Amino acid sequence: MLYISRWKAAAILLTAFICCLFAVPNFFPEKTVQRWPAWAQRHIVLGLDLQGGSHILLQVDTNDVRRQKLQALQDDVRKLLREARVGLTRAPVIRGNSVEVVVRDSDVQQALTKLRDLSQPLGGFLGSSGQRSVDIENAGGGLIRLTVSEPAIVERTRQVVDQSVEIIGRRVNALGLVEPSIQRQGVDRVLVQVPGLGNPEELIKVIGTTAKLTFRLVDTSMSVEQALQGRPPPESEIVYGSKAENRVPYLLEKRVIVSGEELTDAQPGFDQRTGEPIVSFKFNTSGARKFAQVTQENVGRAFAIVLDEEVISAPVIREPILGGSGQISGSFTVESANNLAILLRAGALPAKLTVIEQRVVGAGLGQDSIEKGKMASYFGAALVVVFMVMTYGLFGVFASIAVGINVGMIFGVLSLLNATLTLPGIIGIVLTIGIAVDSNVLIYERIREEVRTGRTPITAIDAGFTRALATILDSNITTFIAAAVLFFIGTGPVRGFAVTLGIGIVTTVFTAFTLTRLIVAWWVRWARPRQLAIS
Amino acid sequence: MGEVGAAAAAGNFIGEADVRLHPSLPLMRIVPDDTKFDFMRFRRISFPASALLSIMAILLFFFHGLNFGIDFIGGTLIEVQSKSGPADLAQMRSTLGGLGLGDIQLQQFGGPENVLIRVAQQPGGEEAQQAALAKVRQALGTGVEIRREEVVGPRVSKELLAYSTIGLMLAIFAILIYLWFRFEWQFALGAMIANVHDLVLTIGYMSLTQIDFDLSSIAALLTILGYSLNDTVVIYDRIREMLRRYKRMSMPDLLNISVNSTLSRSIITHVTVTLALLALLFFGGHAIHSFVATMIFGVVLVGTYTSVFIAAPILIYLGVAGGRVEAEDLVATQRSART
Repeated sequence: MLYISRWKAAAILLTAFICCLFAVPNFFPEKTVQRWPAWAQRHIVLGLDLQGGSHILLQVDTNDVRRQKLQALQDDVRKLLREARVGLTRAPVIRGNSVEVVVRDSDVQQALTKLRDLSQPLGGFLGSSGQRSVDIENAGGGLIRLTVSEPAIVERTRQVVDQSVEIIGRRVNALGLVEPSIQRQGVDRVLVQVPGLGNPEELIKVIGTTAKLTFRLVDTSMSVEQALQGRPPPESEIVYGSKAENRVPYLLEKRVIVSGEELTDAQPGFDQRTGEPIVSFKFNTSGARKFAQVTQENVGRAFAIVLDEEVISAPVIREPILGGSGQISGSFTVESANNLAILLRAGALPAKLTVIEQRVVGAGLGQDSIEKGKMASYFGAALVVVFMVMTYGLFGVFASIAVGINVGMIFGVLSLLNATLTLPGIIGIVLTIGIAVDSNVLIYERIREEVRTGRTPITAIDAGFTRALATILDSNITTFIAAAVLFFIGTGPVRGFAVTLGIGIVTTVFTAFTLTRLIVAWWVRWARPRQLAIS
Repeated sequence: MGEVGAAAAAGNFIGEADVRLHPSLPLMRIVPDDTKFDFMRFRRISFPASALLSIMAILLFFFHGLNFGIDFIGGTLIEVQSKSGPADLAQMRSTLGGLGLGDIQLQQFGGPENVLIRVAQQPGGEEAQQAALAKVRQALGTGVEIRREEVVGPRVSKELLAYSTIGLMLAIFAILIYLWFRFEWQFALGAMIANVHDLVLTIGYMSLTQIDFDLSSIAALLTILGYSLNDTVVIYDRIREMLRRYKRMSMPDLLNISVNSTLSRSIITHVTVTLALLALLFFGGHAIHSFVATMIFGVVLVGTYTSVFIAAPILIYLGVAGGRVEAEDLVATQRSART
């Protein structure tokens, strides 16, 4: 055990040295590190709890996805049957999870053949999964029921999340935030992490707003009061004004003239006459054409600009708008005009997103935590070193050297993995310092016992290492299992604890098996001890 | 230890120098050599005592409950710092109480200017939580700096609770399997009883002190599980070795020798871990206070006691018998003992 070949010794030292070397970039300012080669730039990322920042978890509203999917299906059914000239006894309606349509008995077969086009096979892992996007059922009596299948909803939800990640990314970038991270989580969630942000409220407003913009005509066939009391015309609906518009009800046509997807640009600005904040926009060619046509035909009528089911402005068309650009003015503040412009440029979210978890740490608290964590680490390390030296003398110094290198390696591995260091992560490192010396204690105590059974120092040391290493491995694996479990169930800061604890265990076992042995072996060769004074 | 009489008598030295390290500074001897403390006799006290404490802990858990944090029951947590001197808790309480958001708890945190505000989960799903946060923020006004705010909706809190429970079970199960492979089943079972006992007592402690029970508490529990097993495994390793070496020895004697011979290591290791934890407790700040306090209780107070007074003696009852190892095994151990 005590004989370690030159090559092995070199390999051990080199491994430890390289591991520690990876920790170096953390001690230099970022500007300096940026000039280094890419492989040397890896460094530890401070968790949001240490540098301050926002962690926001959003979930796609699956009901919204389902509703959209059903509405699209309803439109498709209507269109398809009209094109095929199938006689309808009852127009398609949405009922629960299905679209139901009643056709003339004589046309049932023809309708079924046509409607089958709507049902596409869903892609599975290996080609077709055998499932289809829509299940079509002939319920008899001319009633045909089309049900959107669950896998189709899941697939759509996945698409929605992917699109949302992209759109939120554009929005967050437009806010000018540094190093935001936007990721899909699970099937239906988006995790947004933004370091060092002062105003989480604004961030949530910007990422959580659907921003579905539509331009629709105001229905003047009856007054709003009549519609509220009675029943609005089938092609129209009541939409309320925004808070700034005092929630005034409007009767609007359901038909959309132009929607936000046809915008090519939106910019915040000021009205030249009144000086109030506005958002000016530009349509693309097809949007501009449609808008021009409708405004030409409807001079004198009002149209409404609707954002997320709220009327933000309802101007009267004084003259046809042919240029394809216009402006929205609706009691904006400079900030809200700016935000709306960002939202319109980035595009609407494909479905509603809800914030289900939000954790924000101010930069001040983060800095405090770093200071306290440092303080606790220094004190913890100092106490352990003093105690070890008092207990084991020179061997205590060996142990302290091993622990020092151990901590260096932990930082190195963390940097190499670009891992996140959190406050609980710091606890993990301090705990590792306390626990890492355990491997030395196990070895030393074992050596002492072997000496007492009458062995010479060298055979005692040899036997001590041999026996203790098995125990060290056994006892560390149990802790490693706990750390691994914690890594999988934990989120954010707690996961940081699992990471440092786990890495700490690996480096501890490494140093116990190699470095400590190497140091002791060298010492034995140099001192040729006749007696051992461990303790 | 110093001189090694027996070794010197055995002779056979390679070098000549008589190396004494720190001749002037006597090293600490925490446990005297050849300690022969009869730990096994204490099982008649430790077993009933542990059983009683465990029952009390379970009763506490069911009747006193845990002080669940927002991670597990949802709600809003806001840490604020008054910009002008000590925070006026009474005034804050009346302002926030008037918002109609149900139960609002305020607590001085760290210093007189820091206040921790807890708002119970609002009925009405995920969006209601956001609305409540906005109201509180507005009511707090500009006189305070918001240092931290956490909102956990009903969905996430339910998931976290489920994952944490499953995670704890999974960890216990995985460790059980590992020990079963590494030792015999009696050892695995003994270690598991000992460590479930640790967890139960720690949960009792958390209930008694009403420490915040959140995700970091789960981290603490898992760490306690890992470390107190670490201790148990060290003793079990020794017991297994002794079982091979001394075939005819009675079980209690054999366990006593094993515990005594690892005692020094156990104590030294626990001192170093305690030192590290105490540094965290005193200098780590309030954010990690309950996390560290729980760990000190679990690792230092319970873990150490358990491995010596529960995990080892329980093997007597689990049918680990001395003197049943094959003769060739004996030869093998003797050979390995000589090398």
